[in-house]
Amino acid sequence: MERILSLIIVGILMGGLYGLMAMGLSLQYGVCRVLNIAHGEFVMLGAMLTFFLSFSLGINPLVAPAIIGPLLFGLGFLLQTTLFRGLKARAPSPAAFEGSALLAAFGVLYIIQYLARVRWGTLLLPSTYLTDSVPFIGGMNLSLNQIVSFAIAVALGIAVYLFLTRSRLGRAIRATAEDQATAGLMGVNTNMILGFCFGLGALLAGIAGTLISMRIYANTGIGFSNTVIALIVVTLGGLGSVPGSFIAGIIIGIVSMLVTGLWESVLTVPVYYGILMVLLLARPAGIFGKK
Amino acid sequence: VKKMDITRLFTTHRKLLLVGFLILLIVFVVTFPLYNGTYRTSVLTTILMYVILAVSWTMFSSTTGYMSLAPAAFFGIGIYSMALLQDYLPFPVIIVVGGLISFALALLLGLVTLRLRGIYFTIFSFGLVVFIMNIVNYVEATVAGTHGRYLLLLDRTMLLYVMLGLAVVTVLAIYFIRRSRLGLAMQSIGGNEEAAEHMGINTNIVKVLTFAISAIFMGAAGVVTAPSLIYVNPSIAFSLTYSFLPILMAVFGGMGQLYGPALGAVVFGYLAKTLRAQLLTYFMIVFGILLVVVIVFLPNGIVGLVPMLQSKLGGVIARLRKGSQGEQHANT
Repeated sequence: MERILSLIIVGILMGGLYGLMAMGLSLQYGVCRVLNIAHGEFVMLGAMLTFFLSFSLGINPLVAPAIIGPLLFGLGFLLQTTLFRGLKARAPSPAAFEGSALLAAFGVLYIIQYLARVRWGTLLLPSTYLTDSVPFIGGMNLSLNQIVSFAIAVALGIAVYLFLTRSRLGRAIRATAEDQATAGLMGVNTNMILGFCFGLGALLAGIAGTLISMRIYANTGIGFSNTVIALIVVTLGGLGSVPGSFIAGIIIGIVSMLVTGLWESVLTVPVYYGILMVLLLARPAGIFGKK
Repeated sequence: VKKMDITRLFTTHRKLLLVGFLILLIVFVVTFPLYNGTYRTSVLTTILMYVILAVSWTMFSSTTGYMSLAPAAFFGIGIYSMALLQDYLPFPVIIVVGGLISFALALLLGLVTLRLRGIYFTIFSFGLVVFIMNIVNYVEATVAGTHGRYLLLLDRTMLLYVMLGLAVVTVLAIYFIRRSRLGLAMQSIGGNEEAAEHMGINTNIVKVLTFAISAIFMGAAGVVTAPSLIYVNPSIAFSLTYSFLPILMAVFGGMGQLYGPALGAVVFGYLAKTLRAQLLTYFMIVFGILLVVVIVFLPNGIVGLVPMLQSKLGGVIARLRKGSQGEQHANT
């Protein structure tokens, strides 16, 4: 029993990261309608940059997001305002745009991943930051970076949620997600909003990457598996629902730890997949999906 | 008078010319091993494999607009069918079995997800590859107690011929499907699914069936590719490159016609097989850039470039001709 409890706690701590990652993807799909298959590559960039900033420049990983965040935000903003905006203008229908945006995101995935490989190679760069263990309830030990990264993820998640629901810009974002044309007529600069959302998604992915490099390791190949997890989490939480994806992230985190701890780690993805299958048959729009 | 005949040959007997060209291609492939070594033969076999994957991906995903990221799953199933059955069944039977298992799996996936919105189908097909890879990994480790399997190397010339036969069957089958009622139904789904449904098309059956048919060819291609891999484990057999490359090839070649993806497969299949690992990394960067450029500027791929140039050049030629005619008039 105690073992299960500890697995659940570790799972929740991991799930915060998944949630953060998925929130970014959810924002990109929900507002910009781009299923960003290169999302995991932004996570990878965040992780690699964090490692090298702290390794070669001695910058504290907790400070690194102050440099990485704006960088990735800019990259995401540029991608949306040049590439995806152009595609949208040319696409004959919204469905055609989703298809071509997906394929373009493929191209972006290849560019980022292989550029990173050329630059940094394929070494596994383990985390050495805040690895002291902290005693926790029931005599179990957690490492400090697990707790710190979870706290950051939750704080960021709440901040983004409050920003989307309470601020003026957040209202403009929600209006754009609902109906871009009408939002434009109401005086919202929708192109800027779309760019902002894509940038914010990339920024969240980058910070998730920082936290991952802090608590697990950094490697140029981690992008893909993170894309898979983020996609599953986002679908589970309901495509486009930001709070839903955070909660789904925590659920997936718990499931992954339980499956790894009690059964077999290669079976985590099949189990996610099974959950997703059952859920989609029962509730096709996800837990928090609207339609 | 003779000049007229040549232009007429190109316009009215286009089909005849095409068949002639295809026969020439087949003859080229059949005679290829006679004056080339085993390495080049295997390169050609790989190219044909990518032709099969790219053409069958295009048949379903491009016409209906449902983006499948699952080719690697069906391809890998083909590879594992060969690895598991090579000692028990003759080669041609395994090809059929591999195709049928892929068909059944695609049917299952299609029945569950193709009734949902397209984006869910994409996500599911993406996960399918990782799902099957991990399941095979688990079963192999716990039941069979192995990490990978060795394959008996078959004669490369024979493999080339089998792959050629499979490619011809695939292209012919898809050619006829596209022209059939099923093909028209697929196209109308791609155009407007709701309208298609109102016209009396059972869209779910059409989608599931065509998706499953496209999986047959991918599975069969996996079986024929398997012997030249010599050793496979789940991460080799279910490598996502087999999903991504055919899509990139199809997009690059142009998805409107069958020869678009085939052309893309020939170009990139050759490059992917012959470039060295170090060079391949740089090549993939260029590949990504090319893909983005093609999607943005050439939505119909390289093949779409031809009519575009034709209309532009046609205008220029017409203008030139008019100009020269005008000069002649002026001279007389």
